[in-house]
Amino acid sequence: MDHGGIGLWGVPLAMLAGAIRVSTPFLFVSVGECLTERSGRINLGLEGTLVMGAMSAYGMALYTGSPWLGVLLAAGVGVLLGALHAGICQLPRVNDIATGIGLMLFGTGLAFFLGKPFIQPKAPVLGAIDLGWWSDIPQIRQALQVNYLFVLGIVLAFAMAWALKNTRWGLIVRLAGESVDAALAIGTPVGRVRLIATSIGGAFAGVGGAFLSLYYPGSWNEGLSSGQGLMAVALVIFARWDPIRCLWASLLFGAAGAISPALQSVGVTEGYYLFSAAPYVLTLALMIATCSPERSLRGAPGELGVVH
Amino acid sequence: MQAALERIAVPALALLASAVLFGLLLAVYAGVDPFDAFGLMYQGAFGSWFSWQNTLTRAAPLILTALCTALPARLGLVIIGNEGALVLGGLAAAAAGAAVTAAPPLVVQLTMIVAGMLAGGAWIAFAGALRQYRGVNETISSLLLTYIAIALMNHFVEGPLRDPASLNKPSTASIGDANMIGNIPGMDVHWGLVFGIVACVLVWLFQRFTTWGFAMQVIGGNPKTARMMGLNVGRYVLLACGAGGAAAGLAGTVEVAAVLGRANASLAVGYGYSGILVSFLARHNPLAIIPVAVLLGGIGASGGLLQRRLDLPDAAVVVLQGIIFVAILASETLYGRLLPRKQEG
Repeated sequence: MDHGGIGLWGVPLAMLAGAIRVSTPFLFVSVGECLTERSGRINLGLEGTLVMGAMSAYGMALYTGSPWLGVLLAAGVGVLLGALHAGICQLPRVNDIATGIGLMLFGTGLAFFLGKPFIQPKAPVLGAIDLGWWSDIPQIRQALQVNYLFVLGIVLAFAMAWALKNTRWGLIVRLAGESVDAALAIGTPVGRVRLIATSIGGAFAGVGGAFLSLYYPGSWNEGLSSGQGLMAVALVIFARWDPIRCLWASLLFGAAGAISPALQSVGVTEGYYLFSAAPYVLTLALMIATCSPERSLRGAPGELGVVH
Repeated sequence: MQAALERIAVPALALLASAVLFGLLLAVYAGVDPFDAFGLMYQGAFGSWFSWQNTLTRAAPLILTALCTALPARLGLVIIGNEGALVLGGLAAAAAGAAVTAAPPLVVQLTMIVAGMLAGGAWIAFAGALRQYRGVNETISSLLLTYIAIALMNHFVEGPLRDPASLNKPSTASIGDANMIGNIPGMDVHWGLVFGIVACVLVWLFQRFTTWGFAMQVIGGNPKTARMMGLNVGRYVLLACGAGGAAAGLAGTVEVAAVLGRANASLAVGYGYSGILVSFLARHNPLAIIPVAVLLGGIGASGGLLQRRLDLPDAAVVVLQGIIFVAILASETLYGRLLPRKQEG
């Protein structure tokens, strides 16, 4: 039982690596959705945004040779889809949950439609910072390959937490999310605030998608996302609408998502599919544990899910 | 009068807008003449008896899975776990069927139907219970349950329940040809279509003419009032979710018992997701579900023809479905504003 010299230690190590690698899309989507939900709107369509971001980033990287231009385009596509969601939800009597489901279907369908030519060719991918230079063990070196986007995501999570708490803008967003009546009373344009918050949230989700296609797993195909966009929305609830807690939750989810491949890498193939369901079971378990039948969750924006 | 007209005019307008948008996408991006494409879609969906049968075969699971969203929607719940209930229903039916293959066909079929409906019903009732007793958002939990259901199916199909003879495509053991649910006499369409139509009519009668159906409407309209009236909201949530899940489970059962003959990955091909769309397009009205499912089944059936003749990606029909979905939802806002109405009073 020799697996590259580190034996079963490979499992926690691979989970650590997974926490770093797999968590990045969760991190981006959840921090973006955090902002959107703080403004009083739920965007379930982020799953579609994520896939569209992945497809457009990959296509852009393929044509221009620059993965970073791909990331930029993914953010732009995210803004458009976010603005579309916000624009439709702003119409009277339109339900934002249902619209989100519709845009999820639309986004994934459109990505598969437009992305057909990108399935075969190989695009240049994003680089990584080598934090494992001090080690001789290949597994450790590989685990500590940290992508720039992961670092950016952490910075953005802290920046978002700070901005929501301390800036005038953050106050306006929270006001729009807590009470439309109060916001309107002091002349806050609630619709425009939500439009901007949802668009920025979309940009985050687009970048999360770019990470999927341009770093890990690092290719474009129709099975690229397996509900990360949606799980990230659930994760925001679990993180109680706090960007920093979104970061910890993303790391936890990344580690859970890495259990199955990690076990496989040390030769445990029994129950592969059961372990692959771990992130979903974890999400569900956490939601059961943190939700309460009395409607108002601590930290929940007051206007969330209210249709006007 | 205006209200009745609007109920036709608003969705028609939304469908027209979707067709224009989709046509533009085809013309601009794929360089395809949209009229060619729509002509082909009509041919592939309703152009001949052959395509009609293809369309109706696809409509059958859509009718049943749509009920999985439509029934809880009556209570104001948004359940989108249809695919999971279908997959688990199919798996349970295949396992139960394979266990009793020696029994008379009717017994086998009934066993499968009961097993499939119980599995699907329990799955969605679980999401309903989480909502009712733990306050967990039912939309997210039901979709998570779908991913878990698909993982469970993969586990059982590739592990404990795998038929060693299925090499290329891991499957459960066959339920036996004699035990298959056959076609409706005179058609190449299986009995699932009849099951679906009967289920929709039963649900409609239930909602329209029973006290329980009326109670559900009250709860959907105003849960607080319902509670003050002393209605047992939890019971109705479990009932609606359970029945909806059972319908989706029946869809999975029919796929196994009338099409596949065994459970494998072909169960999870998206009938559940399209069922969500059907339910929303029908505005959760059980009778409207039938024609909408036929329309959507037709769009699905024409996908192959678009791919072969115009070289369009098979996702083209998914894009169209997505556009229709969003357009219909956005059109909600037009009710009461589209047609000028006389001043009241």
